[in-house]
Amino acid sequence: MRTLRDAAIGETVTVARLLGEGALKRRIMDMGITKGAEVYIRKVAPLGDPIEVKVRGYELSLRKEDAQMIEIHPAG
Amino acid sequence: MKPLTIALAGNPNSGKTTLFNLLTGSNQYVGNWPGVTVEKKEGRLKKHKDVTLTDLPGIYSLSPYSPEEVVARTYLMEEKPQAIINIVDGTNLERNLYLTTQLLDLGLPVVVAVNMMDAVAKSGDKVDIGELSQRLQCPVAEISALKNTGIDRLVSLAVSAAQQAAAAVPVKLGQEVESVLTQVEEEALPQLPKEERRWYALKLLEKDSQATEKLALTQAQAEAAAAIAADFEAEQDDEAESVITTARYEAVTALLKGSHVKKDRHALTTSDKIDRVVTNRWLALPIFAVVMVLVYYISVSTVGAWVTDFTNDGLFGDGFFLMGNGRAAYEEKLEEYSTAQIYTEAFEQAAQDAGVNLEAGPLSQQARTLTAAAQFMGEDSPEPERTEQVTLAMYQQALTVAEPETGDFGTWVPGVPVVVGGWLESLQVAPWMQSLVVDGIIAGVGAVLGFVPQMFVLFLFLALLEACGYMARIAFILDRVFRRFGLSGKSFIPMLIGSGCSVPGIMASRTIENDRDRRMTITTTSFIPCGAKLPVIAMIGGALFGGPWWFTPMTYFIGVFAVILSGVLLKKTSRFRGDASPFVMELPAYRVPGAGIVLRSMWERGWSFIKKAGSVILLSSIFIWFISRFGVADGALRMLEDAQMDQSIAAKIGGLFAWLFIPLGFGDWQSSVATVMGLVAKENVVSTFGILFGFGEVSERGVEIWAALAQHYTAVSAMSLLLFNLLCAPCFAAIGAIRREMNSAPWTAFAVGYQTAFAYGVSLVFYQLALLLTGGAFTLWTAVALMALAGFGYLLLRPEPKGVPVGSAA
Repeated sequence: MRTLRDAAIGETVTVARLLGEGALKRRIMDMGITKGAEVYIRKVAPLGDPIEVKVRGYELSLRKEDAQMIEIHPAG
Repeated sequence: MKPLTIALAGNPNSGKTTLFNLLTGSNQYVGNWPGVTVEKKEGRLKKHKDVTLTDLPGIYSLSPYSPEEVVARTYLMEEKPQAIINIVDGTNLERNLYLTTQLLDLGLPVVVAVNMMDAVAKSGDKVDIGELSQRLQCPVAEISALKNTGIDRLVSLAVSAAQQAAAAVPVKLGQEVESVLTQVEEEALPQLPKEERRWYALKLLEKDSQATEKLALTQAQAEAAAAIAADFEAEQDDEAESVITTARYEAVTALLKGSHVKKDRHALTTSDKIDRVVTNRWLALPIFAVVMVLVYYISVSTVGAWVTDFTNDGLFGDGFFLMGNGRAAYEEKLEEYSTAQIYTEAFEQAAQDAGVNLEAGPLSQQARTLTAAAQFMGEDSPEPERTEQVTLAMYQQALTVAEPETGDFGTWVPGVPVVVGGWLESLQVAPWMQSLVVDGIIAGVGAVLGFVPQMFVLFLFLALLEACGYMARIAFILDRVFRRFGLSGKSFIPMLIGSGCSVPGIMASRTIENDRDRRMTITTTSFIPCGAKLPVIAMIGGALFGGPWWFTPMTYFIGVFAVILSGVLLKKTSRFRGDASPFVMELPAYRVPGAGIVLRSMWERGWSFIKKAGSVILLSSIFIWFISRFGVADGALRMLEDAQMDQSIAAKIGGLFAWLFIPLGFGDWQSSVATVMGLVAKENVVSTFGILFGFGEVSERGVEIWAALAQHYTAVSAMSLLLFNLLCAPCFAAIGAIRREMNSAPWTAFAVGYQTAFAYGVSLVFYQLALLLTGGAFTLWTAVALMALAGFGYLLLRPEPKGVPVGSAA
């Protein structure tokens, strides 16, 4: 399945599932990336990592490594 | 009426600090939460002096992970404030109300304050406060902390909620979660008061052992709860924690449907437009460089340096001209006078050498034709900068030049030491007492205050960068580079400022939220050569290497390299272990910062420096004054002349430790005394050498002693001495700053110990290997150095040990 890491800049996707466990997963969910949430991939940092996404109306940055834990499908 | 306590809770960047300041005014007490370095603020409500307001750290959730979250929820559950004011950002309701749903579960009265309503109105969005209040079943106030609107209503809502003491009504989390919660409450928690059951039922389902361990459930209850949770997870095919989080967000979305209208979800806001440029793929790094140059230029090079120089040389030095009037004219005359001095000295010396009498009677023919070469020394070389031929006429002219008096040029204000020194002398106070007051206490206070103006300028910048939203972008831009070394992108600013002075550099680490990253930054910042180390670098470079252009830049590379090595090495140690903090960070909208909050933040940080770091610096200045001015001379402990420094207690201590430095190539007592004196201020290394080599007072870079140094050291041993002095424990002022920012004695000891051990290792390896490579014999110490190198290599390259879960290390 595709993860948030694979999504292209400018794409809007829907979160399908979160892999992993523990603090990191909890943190990502607390910040609003939960099942069914719509995520817009805004940009990549100048050095290639991390990425910036828009979720629940605000801007969030996360590392590509962590974005790999978020499985997605096309929005809608 | 009994005294009430109200807690203020909310997300970071929700305007919480501004609201806290508005509500309490200057009535604040700042401290620390027990056991952690999270700041705790309390204050009394302006119009209700009997109500205490406790500011909780800014949090996104009541999870058990970050120290901030743990502090907040422990406080709420155990101290049970009479009410909670939950501030939410009106421009970002969806995520902010997530925390609200958690706060409503606690069984305490809650008042929601929707902040930034001015910005909401401006953007064309609509929030139906009445509808929101009805759906949340709790009082909701609409405010703007920045514009100071709606505050009175909020206060009266909060105070009456606290007096009525009616527990908030939790937001329903959907049929499935609700029914399983009821089940847990009935089977495991019937012994608890009704309003507390829901929170603990949630925690039992989420397997949050930190929250539930104090419950003292019976075995049967614990097993029942575990069984219900297991069934629930099997049914949902997901962890209960995830299901609950998702349910909360779904509940928030449902709440907002109909009570909140976004004008156009996809339109670019002003903040988006700014961000497009500022973190643009190509422009981000150039813009970052410009911002950093500006910060450095203003806070270190220009304004910072002016005020610091004024404090050090004027206020706590000889004195200064009021408003600077007359300074230029005075300096011109002073220059003229010092030229005349050089002329007369050279001519008189030449006359003496030639046996010519200049004093009595008519001048001889020989005197008339005598010329002398007057040498003008430069700063950078032991060779004279220029030589002038002085004739008798020039000599006689030079004799007429009088030393300029400051009072003739303008209003001269003498410095504090001059005034106090003169006053003590007029009272005929004992010389040692005069010295204690002038050289110990006043110089100590001066050393503290000398940093203050620069610190305030820097803190003003940091507050501006934080308040406008750029600081988060710095972390975003640089994260990729810095995380490899266990640092944060925000570590860049402390390092940059540290190249001017480590003290404000270390204080600048305050902007790093994560404990681990901040401690790592504090420990490594002083590796970057500060301004006071430059004279030492110039002295060694000039005396032994001919002062090549690359020498000083090389020391900066050594500093950066030391930071990188230490980062990689330390992040694998048990002290810093644990996965790097998850970099899941909000990039707050760009805002025009409020003047009040910026100035307040500057003041709070500056004041905390004066109070905490200042006392350490002051005491150590007095201590150092004592050990460097006193010694056993002529059979008794007494105060020493400047030239007797080799008999001071400091020198004796240095001599005692000298053997430690033998394997590093500088086991002579002079080197160790100079190194010890470097703890007072690094530039003291130069002046100490001046005195110890018998040259008395020397110029800033000590050109007078370069020849002596070149004889005393080899290139290799001098480099080793320099390496040690660059990397070892910083000056006392910086150690004071480390103590303040670590807020822990063991961590301070660790940082200083690590720096010194690292310096020792680097110098040892460098010196012994350089000896070996330049044809020295293989000795026991060479073997030790090779082992140390292998040890370094192992610590650097070993695989990262499996980390403990994020955050639990705190």
